[in-house]
Amino acid sequence: MNKGWQPVIRSGLLLGSIALLGTALLAGVNYLTQDRIIEQEKRRVLQRLNEIVPVVAYNNDLLEDVIQIEEPGFFRHAAAVDVYRARMDGRPIAVVMIVTAPDGYNGDIRVLVGVNAEGTVLGVRVLSHRETPGLGDPIEAEKSNWVFGFAQKSLQNPEHDGWAVKRDGGEFDQFTGATISPRAVVRAVHTALLYFQANKQALFDTPVSSAIEDEQPE
Amino acid sequence: MNNPNNRSKMNDTGLRKIFTDGAWRQNAGLVVLLGLSPLLAVTDTVVKGLALGLATMLTVMLSNFFVSLLRGLLKPAIRIPAFVLIIASVVTVIQLLMQAFFYDLYRALGIFIPLIVANCVILERAEVFASKNGPLPSVLDGFATGLGFGITLVLLGALRELTGRGTLLFGSDMLLGDWAGNLTLTIVPGHPGFLLAILPPGAFIGLALLIAARNAWEAKAGNKSIEQVQNAHET
Repeated sequence: MNKGWQPVIRSGLLLGSIALLGTALLAGVNYLTQDRIIEQEKRRVLQRLNEIVPVVAYNNDLLEDVIQIEEPGFFRHAAAVDVYRARMDGRPIAVVMIVTAPDGYNGDIRVLVGVNAEGTVLGVRVLSHRETPGLGDPIEAEKSNWVFGFAQKSLQNPEHDGWAVKRDGGEFDQFTGATISPRAVVRAVHTALLYFQANKQALFDTPVSSAIEDEQPE
Repeated sequence: MNNPNNRSKMNDTGLRKIFTDGAWRQNAGLVVLLGLSPLLAVTDTVVKGLALGLATMLTVMLSNFFVSLLRGLLKPAIRIPAFVLIIASVVTVIQLLMQAFFYDLYRALGIFIPLIVANCVILERAEVFASKNGPLPSVLDGFATGLGFGITLVLLGALRELTGRGTLLFGSDMLLGDWAGNLTLTIVPGHPGFLLAILPPGAFIGLALLIAARNAWEAKAGNKSIEQVQNAHET
């Protein structure tokens, strides 16, 4: 009886040691790469932010100077809005808000909106979406120039009714065969501007939440 | 057989057979038709195809290597779980390395990097080849299989990128760094974009064209009749 169990135990031990070795290997590689991965992720975010707010325009640590606002009623979405604040010698320069449009053709569209202290749009980028390729995806900066049309716009330019796609009587182009995707983006940008106008002081003054981990990888 | 020269020659042809089997005769993408999900999903550009091809090649080589080292120890009952453990570890290591050194590419390939684990080609090579052969032939087999698969990915990527957007090597900076940003070749200037080629149906049509081309080549070369090639699909 004892003998019959031997191969089973042997196999089990072998499988266990393979799992152990694999885990050790993974732990090692994870240890060696984790700092670099965090750095890469930050570099990626910063690269995105710097497309909107040029490096020379601010001198604070833009990546760390971030707050989250939760106003699901205002933004029509449960996701928190990240707000990065750019400052020059402590003076407010611009905010970059990452808002989520709930009304894309195929779910959420994450939009990055840069607004300077005067309330003028510095630039808009679509971070992620699942719109129809070829129809809705010209909202991406890589696919068309459409999204660059937001630069220099503000709540005065155009006036309230102009913040819509042309089909809805507004000023922004829609695409052939796709009105819903650009409409969602226009609305999200407009909402971000309205929020900025109403809460400008608070947006710059709210201190960085201490809950955010600020471990510095060396 | 006594002559050492003769022996090494034998060995040579053995290795060559492993190579041509893996890369051409049993080509994972075009003949065995395994691993189609990544094959079809990431091949809308050359660069993405190339990147997934390289990652897959590296995975098959490493997993074949480890499996061949353990081949004497593994009882049939635990063989498959052991393979899966090895393959999963290898893929995760590659995923972490890609995330650390090719972050943009990692993002572009997304879920298809971890899904290399589920690519049957790798398990098939472990079971059919590496568990019965030594480390050197196994690594070569992995290399050849990965090469055949990778070339298929690149060809399909080229076909779809060219017809779909009129460029080649779009996004090469993701693989090679910022200096490669202008490596993109615009073959057809002002290409209006041909959606069918970029979307999944284009992948199926492109794959069918590649298989047809390969079969035609084989039939012409007289290596195998088309029926024989088709029979090979079923094994």
